[in-house]
Amino acid sequence: MKKSNKIFKSIVILFLTFLYAPALLLPIFSFNNSKVIAFPLTGFSTIWFEELFYENTLHNALLNSLVIAISSTILATILGTLVARASTRYIFYGKKISITFILVPLILPEIILGVCLLTVLIQLGLELNLWSVVLGHTLLITPFSTLIMVSAFNNLDISLEEASLDLGMSSLQTFRIIILPMVSPGLISSLLIGFVISLDEFIIAFFLTGVEPTLPVYIWSQFRFPAKLPSTMALGTILLIVSLILVSLFEYFRRKMELYNN
Amino acid sequence: MYISEQNKRGWRLLGVPFIFAIFLLAVPIATMTALSFWTQDYLTLIKTITFENYKQAWFQPVFQTLFARSLLISITVTFFTILFAFPIAYYISFYGGKRKALWLFLITIPFWTSYLLRMFLWKVILGYNGVLNSFFEWLGVITEPLTFLLYNSNAVVLALVHGWAPFAILPIFVSLEKIDRSLLEASNDLGDNSFNQFFRIILPLSMPGVIGAVLIIFIPCIGDYITPKLVGGPEGLMIANMIQVQFSKANNAPLAAALSVTSLLIVGIIALAFVFLNRKYLKNY
Repeated sequence: MKKSNKIFKSIVILFLTFLYAPALLLPIFSFNNSKVIAFPLTGFSTIWFEELFYENTLHNALLNSLVIAISSTILATILGTLVARASTRYIFYGKKISITFILVPLILPEIILGVCLLTVLIQLGLELNLWSVVLGHTLLITPFSTLIMVSAFNNLDISLEEASLDLGMSSLQTFRIIILPMVSPGLISSLLIGFVISLDEFIIAFFLTGVEPTLPVYIWSQFRFPAKLPSTMALGTILLIVSLILVSLFEYFRRKMELYNN
Repeated sequence: MYISEQNKRGWRLLGVPFIFAIFLLAVPIATMTALSFWTQDYLTLIKTITFENYKQAWFQPVFQTLFARSLLISITVTFFTILFAFPIAYYISFYGGKRKALWLFLITIPFWTSYLLRMFLWKVILGYNGVLNSFFEWLGVITEPLTFLLYNSNAVVLALVHGWAPFAILPIFVSLEKIDRSLLEASNDLGDNSFNQFFRIILPLSMPGVIGAVLIIFIPCIGDYITPKLVGGPEGLMIANMIQVQFSKANNAPLAAALSVTSLLIVGIIALAFVFLNRKYLKNY
């Protein structure tokens, strides 16, 4: 038993190495002072990070991505909260099928979502811009928000709400003073995860963005230029650190939500 | 609360999201399906219903090859991802002790780099002058760069297996956690060896997680655009790349729509058949 345990552990560690290897290349080569991404390493340098400061297209792309990520995340969290509240609190006609329908983007390949939305926008003769991407991302993130908010509302004790109503608070007051604070870890989780998904999403943005690139669309365009490679690695390193911070926050609030449960 | 009151309040909440989904999901899918029955002459759409696009999508060898390859790649990726993920999930669940959450966190960390960059990194690793080749040359293991690493279906499979691993580990881990450990003790006491124990207790009871993992990986993989474009080369392109080309360069949106509807049908039929075949494991879900 002991021996097989050790073999098992080494398999797991080997696998973890495989999982980590590509991501580790980002920091390694973004601090390497060579224009080519190859071994042996030639020396330490921060020029690739400095280069990012002078890339105006990058700054525009980043700004576009932030606008899209913030808008679509807030919209999706509002929609997801409404769905989750309806799902956990009321029994009504057509509940199962309509909620399943709202969750469908979870199981559609993203390219299909992109093609569908593009078709409809072209048919309507609408212009492609940042707002078309916001709509696409809202559609994509709403199911994730819904699932997170369903678990947040499930942790909510209904009797607290009833007590507040019995003691004469209006339903709006009850929502603000009782419900909102208790589901806030869920809300924050949903905002964080939605933000990360939107910031990272490429294919829908690629189809719907028109002339304004988002960050992933910008990165995609940089892949064609070998000279831009090291600074793209530097950008990747920054993105990795940012998403690590966001995900750690997500994990923190998720645990907090679980604490409410117990 | 009366049923009618429940109905009213439920729909008052669900109304907006539902209408949103109708306009951004149902209407677009319907439009795309309609488009797939039309034809396009340069920039004008001819709205007479025809099966011409489907005839092309289903019977032209180039599309058949792409569909077959996309399916084969997705099935291979799903198989290997689960094969690798299972021991990891098993180890964490059974030997993780108090540090299960830490293990899971460790596994997900690399996956918060952007998907695009992760797939691109495989191109950097496997390329002619890439990390792997230069590393081996530096060590003196090889004198000529290896060319079979990049630009083929195997590179696509490798990159996708790496990209989707945590999505397999997490659901399998959850279902392993749910297994009542006293069942294992009982089987031990009754003289089952660990081989039998695995195939008679652990594997059947973890099937819901495995089925979930299969669906989570298989569906997005078949429609993946980035990976085949970056590391697939001409021999590793998949259906999503063709859909994009038809939509943009080839300027044949109706054919792109027919290809999309066909992919959707293939994915749907396979997913439903898979769930149906494994329904006995999902009884309690």
